[in-house]
Amino acid sequence: MPRSQFTLDELRTVLREAAGTDEGVDLDGDIIDVSFDALGYESLALLETASRIERDHGISLDEEALVAAKTPRELIDLVNAHLAAA
Amino acid sequence: MTTATWVTGLAVAAPTGLTVEEYWAATLAGRSAIGPVTRFDASSYPARLAGEITGFAAEEHLPSRLLPQTDRMTQLALAGSDWAFANAGVDPAQLPEFDIGVITASHSGGFEFGQNELRALWSKGGRYVSAYQSFAWFYAVNSGQISIRHGLRGPSSVVVSDQAGGLDAVAQARRQIRKGTPMVISGAVDASLCPWGWVAQLTSGRLSTRDDPGRAYLPFDDDAAGHVPGEGGALLVLESAEHARTRGAGRVYGEIAGYAATTDPRRGSGREPTLRNAIEGALADAGVEPADIGAVFADAAAVPELDRVEAEAIAKVFGPSAVPVTAPKTMTGRLYSGAAPLDLAAAFLALRDGVIPPTINIRPSRRYDLDLVTGAPRAAPLRCVLVVARGHGGLNSAMVVRAVDRPAPPNR
Repeated sequence: MPRSQFTLDELRTVLREAAGTDEGVDLDGDIIDVSFDALGYESLALLETASRIERDHGISLDEEALVAAKTPRELIDLVNAHLAAA
Repeated sequence: MTTATWVTGLAVAAPTGLTVEEYWAATLAGRSAIGPVTRFDASSYPARLAGEITGFAAEEHLPSRLLPQTDRMTQLALAGSDWAFANAGVDPAQLPEFDIGVITASHSGGFEFGQNELRALWSKGGRYVSAYQSFAWFYAVNSGQISIRHGLRGPSSVVVSDQAGGLDAVAQARRQIRKGTPMVISGAVDASLCPWGWVAQLTSGRLSTRDDPGRAYLPFDDDAAGHVPGEGGALLVLESAEHARTRGAGRVYGEIAGYAATTDPRRGSGREPTLRNAIEGALADAGVEPADIGAVFADAAAVPELDRVEAEAIAKVFGPSAVPVTAPKTMTGRLYSGAAPLDLAAAFLALRDGVIPPTINIRPSRRYDLDLVTGAPRAAPLRCVLVVARGHGGLNSAMVVRAVDRPAPPNR
């Protein structure tokens, strides 16, 4: 059992604080498989988001894996894999 | 024949008003916004007064996506760019993307943002520094963010030359229009009223340390003792005359008619300062004589030696007390790069309304041969106005703006 699970709701909170929300995007909607690009988040927004997740959870995400995570589901899976290994 | 550069849109973000008309009404009324610093606790600093913008809530003007990545100066500049295009009656999305450029000036970049991230760095560690620090502090960030927000892909740059930069940027915008870009949004907004910005400005030795807002910033007064810093500036939509005519621009505030810039010789060289050359160069560039200039908006350093140099330059070019001189920045404090664009806005409104706004609080020194407009605005038929701006280290810039006569628009 992983010690904690990183959830979509937590990601929503971090995204809002780190990078805000694009006009016309409903972050509370069904976004789990929507690309970050379509949600209006460019690489710097995701870097800031990842940085906050890392320091909140005491983990260090692999940069290449981070760049490869194109959707909320992929990023959440990546974070949870790190939490499970921690 | 080079194309004329017209100003067809204005936006101001001033301590005395966030709309053109609010700012202009306050300026004609001689209302000051200088008061004790409230943005941070300045009680332990030598200088404690500022011209602050109140009543600007960035979240009311910008999407939340932009808030975590922008300094206050950028938030003001982005809102200002919206207002300037609206004032010009231009929807940038309706023009070809390479037809509009953005050229702003910056004094010190996003100081408050930088301060917050530096504090995070040394109090909590590098993991707490925002990824947006990579650009949010940077001099060019206002140009970049305005470009992104409005999809502008024409010539884009930033000019960094302290207070002179406000004119230098507009001059650069005019160059790009002469080279064929139909429209450029230009000007500057500066805001660095935070402890880090404050200590940086204190090193100039030019900040007033007085506590009485009515006696703190007194250019051309025997009691001059430095300036009060302020925040804000103005953005101008510049357009080739042909483009403005073709699209049927609703407003033409006037023309950027002449410009020149000089650099002073090294201190102690024994050579004369060169502000006079900048003024004469701007007049020559505009093709006008000193007698054609109806008013001068002075740099107004309020440092006795700098006041003397400016007063002598004006008196030599125009003759003793031969042209009305004013410094409405006595109401806002000095806005660094934002000061001259705001003076340009005031100059265009002065042309429009035939009135010169006053310099407040001062008793003009008898040492200077200047006809200072004090106390109340002065009615004057104006055709050309000169704006002067100087930057730290001997940078002098001067710009002539001129009224544009247009046939009355047809009734619609």
